[in-house]
Amino acid sequence: MTPLRRYWPVAAIALAVIVLQAALSVTDATYYMTQVTMSAYYALVVIGLCLLMGYAGQVSLGHAGFFAIGGYTVAYMTTVNLLAYRDVPLVHWLQSLHLVVQWQNLYGAEVLSFSPWPAFIAALLLTGLIALLIGVPVIRLKGHYLAMATLGFGLIIYRIVLGTKSLGQADGISNVPPFHLLPWLEVNGRAPFRIQNYYIAWATVLLAMVLAINLVHSRVGRALRSIHQNEEAAHSLGVNTYRYKLAIFVLSALFAAVGGALMTHYNGSIGPSEATVMKSVRYVAIVAIGGMANLWGAMIMAILLNFLSLRGVFGTFDDAVFGAILIAIMLFAPQGLLRMPKWHAVASVWRKGTFYFFARKLPDTAGESEKSRMSPFSRGGPHG
Amino acid sequence: MNFPQIVQYGLSGITVGSIYAIVAVGFNIIYSTTGIINFAQGEFLIVGAMTAISLHQILPLWLAITLAVIVTTILGGLMEVVFIRPVRNASVLRLIIITIGLSILIREAMLHVWDEQPRYLPYFTGTESSTVGVFGAYISPQVLWVLGTSAVIVAGLTLFFRFTPTGRAMRACADDRMAACLCGINDRWMVTLSFMLSAGIGALAGCVISPVTLTQYDMGAPLAIKGFTVAILGGLGNSMAAVVAGLLLGLLEAFVVSQFASAYKEVVAIVVLLLILVFRPTGLFVRRDIGALRAA
Repeated sequence: MTPLRRYWPVAAIALAVIVLQAALSVTDATYYMTQVTMSAYYALVVIGLCLLMGYAGQVSLGHAGFFAIGGYTVAYMTTVNLLAYRDVPLVHWLQSLHLVVQWQNLYGAEVLSFSPWPAFIAALLLTGLIALLIGVPVIRLKGHYLAMATLGFGLIIYRIVLGTKSLGQADGISNVPPFHLLPWLEVNGRAPFRIQNYYIAWATVLLAMVLAINLVHSRVGRALRSIHQNEEAAHSLGVNTYRYKLAIFVLSALFAAVGGALMTHYNGSIGPSEATVMKSVRYVAIVAIGGMANLWGAMIMAILLNFLSLRGVFGTFDDAVFGAILIAIMLFAPQGLLRMPKWHAVASVWRKGTFYFFARKLPDTAGESEKSRMSPFSRGGPHG
Repeated sequence: MNFPQIVQYGLSGITVGSIYAIVAVGFNIIYSTTGIINFAQGEFLIVGAMTAISLHQILPLWLAITLAVIVTTILGGLMEVVFIRPVRNASVLRLIIITIGLSILIREAMLHVWDEQPRYLPYFTGTESSTVGVFGAYISPQVLWVLGTSAVIVAGLTLFFRFTPTGRAMRACADDRMAACLCGINDRWMVTLSFMLSAGIGALAGCVISPVTLTQYDMGAPLAIKGFTVAILGGLGNSMAAVVAGLLLGLLEAFVVSQFASAYKEVVAIVVLLLILVFRPTGLFVRRDIGALRAA
């Protein structure tokens, strides 16, 4: 594939983003941009998870945990008050480097805390470190074991966030200051910054997409796909499967952390609801709808579904909608919504199902690619 | 801690532990016939208890529980026929995701049917204030009901799998599906039956524990995590070991609660889960070399 063909969707999306902004501004409906911006930050998590699930073939039910680590780290570092330690030489030194700044919060109180850039970098370092520590043992696991282990990780993060006093427990952390990326560019959720932030979020998403696409089309991407297709074969051909899977796990955690950190600055707050298992499952659902190994599908679905959810379109059925989507996609269109099989194939799932109900013998399912990967009878133990 | 206190914590640990064990046995039944982990296992307990609570408003307790178990059993069977059977040859990832989706759907349906209020069945004998003295500790008679029911379930299942033709057919399917099929066993029916069986015992466990822990629509997921921890601790597919592991986890939790803040109670099981997954994914009771052979 020529590079030009590879990147034309980036240009197309960029154009669509500009057209959407113009349309919203003309119709005086810029308030929609708030939800689009938030959806874009969620899309970052989904892009990372898509690399992990679709290309490396590893499931993670703990990505909301990484989002929360990113978000909570910046929230804590930019709001913790170091005023009492202002005379400590280290703090003094950091202040002279502008890594620690003094500012006034909403209530006019003086706060001496880390400035957003060092907080952001610390968040990425912390997330990377945690992902590595968790990934080293966990990524060796397979199937159910990996799913449960990442789920367990997500639950621990949720419990820690909910139980730690300095992280605000059930209230979370609020009053997070805006993030000045550049002197004239800031991540800020207030109304005058709406258009600016709409573009910041989209630029981040498109940057992430370009990174992901490049990765997928590189040596690493080919290695990953070989792992997904047949891990033993890849291994025997000299692909260090473990190291590649671990690297993608850490990378996708970092994507989630960037989303969490920027979202926290944008909203000015973060709460434990960002770390729930349901959020993690939601990311998985979106990747599945997008088509697992389909970065564009995942990104578009992430924007669309999160936008609808944030607008409250699903009402009290918010979680149920994602559960239903998850089942429907896995039953009828495991290749994702954007690569729907033809309708007769959809019907055949049920025909086959009812056939199974009455017939004893397995009908010949040759040609079903998944068959070779995992027969229903093989146990798939923890390491093989 | 003095002796009666130890007995007190120990008994409360064994009580929850036996419920974890029943959830784990439910996991094992489905796992050994299909090779999948049913993430909706915890929901069976809550559906069972909620149905019994609603039915008890018009029916006597024993009848309400019986009907609730039957309803949940049918639900389990339906789940398999409608959602698992059509995609039986699918990858594990796909099947996991389907059961996760099902657990969400069931939970959300319960939220809309029974709102978010905690509900409970009445104590089977006596009231919430009646106690039985055991070695200087005071326990509720319901604890005896829980322990008794768990013991009956485990014993019943053991007899079922060992001596009835259906139970033996299920074990044959778990061992070698192709061979079982060649012997004339209807393997598809065995899979459906395994879902029904684990839904049924789940519902019963949910009913007996309801007076003690109350029942809320979103309690299924934590129960499933703990049940899974126990199932792994004992070694997947090994039901007897799951009982021992369940009691171990229950005791561990009870003593952690007695020493630390109860906020950390939930973390105990997950830490145990992560440790066991990392260091001994074949379970505590399987020798490492044998486990490696089995897992291969």
